[in-house]
Amino acid sequence: MALEDLFKVVKDRSKADVKPKEPKAKKTGPGVEIPQGLLFKCPRCGSVSYRDDFERNKSVCGSCNYHARISARTRLEMTADKDTFTELDAGLTSMNPIDFPGYEAKIASLRESCGINEAIITGVCRIHRYNTVIGIMDSNFMMASMGSVVGEKITRAFEYATEHELPVVLFTASGGARMQEGIISLMQMAKTSGAVARHSAAGQLYVTVMTDPTTGGVTASFASLGDIIIAEPKVLIGFAGRRVIQDTIKQQLPDDFQSAEFMLENGFVDMIVERKNMRSTLSKVFRTHNYTRDGDYVGGGR
Amino acid sequence: MMNDLTATERLAVIRMKGRPTVRDYIPALFGNFLELHGDRHYGDDAAIIGGVGTFGGKPVTIIAQVKGRNLEENKRSNFSMPHPEGYRKALRLAKQAEKFHRPVICLVDTPGAFCGIEAEKRGQGEAIARNLMEFMTLKTPVISIVLGEGGSGGALALAVCDELAMLENALYSVISPRGFASILWKDASRESEAAELMKITAEDLVKFGVCEHIIDEPDGGAHNDPALTIQNISDYLADAIPRLSAVDTDKLLERRYEKFRKIGVFAES
Repeated sequence: MALEDLFKVVKDRSKADVKPKEPKAKKTGPGVEIPQGLLFKCPRCGSVSYRDDFERNKSVCGSCNYHARISARTRLEMTADKDTFTELDAGLTSMNPIDFPGYEAKIASLRESCGINEAIITGVCRIHRYNTVIGIMDSNFMMASMGSVVGEKITRAFEYATEHELPVVLFTASGGARMQEGIISLMQMAKTSGAVARHSAAGQLYVTVMTDPTTGGVTASFASLGDIIIAEPKVLIGFAGRRVIQDTIKQQLPDDFQSAEFMLENGFVDMIVERKNMRSTLSKVFRTHNYTRDGDYVGGGR
Repeated sequence: MMNDLTATERLAVIRMKGRPTVRDYIPALFGNFLELHGDRHYGDDAAIIGGVGTFGGKPVTIIAQVKGRNLEENKRSNFSMPHPEGYRKALRLAKQAEKFHRPVICLVDTPGAFCGIEAEKRGQGEAIARNLMEFMTLKTPVISIVLGEGGSGGALALAVCDELAMLENALYSVISPRGFASILWKDASRESEAAELMKITAEDLVKFGVCEHIIDEPDGGAHNDPALTIQNISDYLADAIPRLSAVDTDKLLERRYEKFRKIGVFAES
């Protein structure tokens, strides 16, 4: 860290993405927030850095290169060309299909604290001047579990891309199916996979970027179906939860189990790409799939 | 038609010793059965039996999850918890059925896909995902019947179909009631409460548009009269197979897509 960095004016900390391990910021009165920690402790390697430095480094741990969780909005800012994003289906909100106690209240409070309606943002944008449909899951929102809204938004995003001959880039993150919606959430796995199949049959490109954590029913559906699957360094990727596996087989698991690197080694990921190189990598992917730059803003991507 | 059992009571029925399994159903329902082994990539998974046979004189492909009738059988079939190679075998046989224009009959009975180191290494998530996508566009009729337990993605991987039928006492859920209680309430002992809350009976699933048909069981459950249960399944297949086979393939696939496409409960502003 350069000496002058210590004295730079920092951005509004209340909008920090990655919450520290300490108690979450809680509102104590109207509009008053307790500032979040000044330090970031990496959940992978345990090393501590200044939160400002960590955030300037795109929320990547300077010691071990763990690519930490960031909000969908922040990801969008990092990924899309400036002022090119048009959101789709922002007005979709969850209901309570199995009358799970407290579900509506939980959703309402997350909508307020996260500033988004559900666990994914979808829309159309440009990346390095290539038109694309984009979806970004937000692990702050109920661990980005997939219920009806997430399933519907992803399905519509693929249908939109099929209709407008656009590629799809999905940044996946999820704890899996949203159990509070019962069997309906399981069915979203089939629904989204069906939409991927149609987009694929139409000859369009689908790129998955697996971010921390990509697990459960999301790994077992659309996340694993990209033509090209990219992962961020050190992130968790797997089907079953670590604890469930440990309980089943009664033995300790190696540290790198279910990491991006583990998935690469076992043949389920095409490449591991650092956040700082994500835009240029996606640009190359578009370029090598016959998409052209500067097409009409929506549709006509080829 | 029997009884209004609660989900918890049905859970007890499907766990009953002596409840028929695919080892009883396959020889009774299908003629000329030939078991076909292996996924052609890694190995053969005994948790899923696959093969060809005939029903009503016509060829069909059968893909079935194997609950054991005793501990020995259960050890061999890993308590019906498939590994990735099981799902890949299922997909291979489904693609073969597509080539030869045979309907596919999936018999679902699993607590879920196996959770273990090897399953992860060989891509359990990818194997299930691939099946969901490929079955959605498989150009031949697919009928799935939940016989007992339909557990999570491990069941769904054999249940992307034109028509889903459930035995009257069968349950189909996003996770087992025990798992649900354990994760959401940190208390696995609240299994029964979870079973009631989750809406996982055949009747519930008809209401959600997930299940199309309920197959009657004898009073008290399938174990009380396996022959009658077999007859009821056979009657259903005798109706469903020719009915779905008569549908033009493009229309069949459109309907299959729509069946899943419309499932979801949300508000839109």
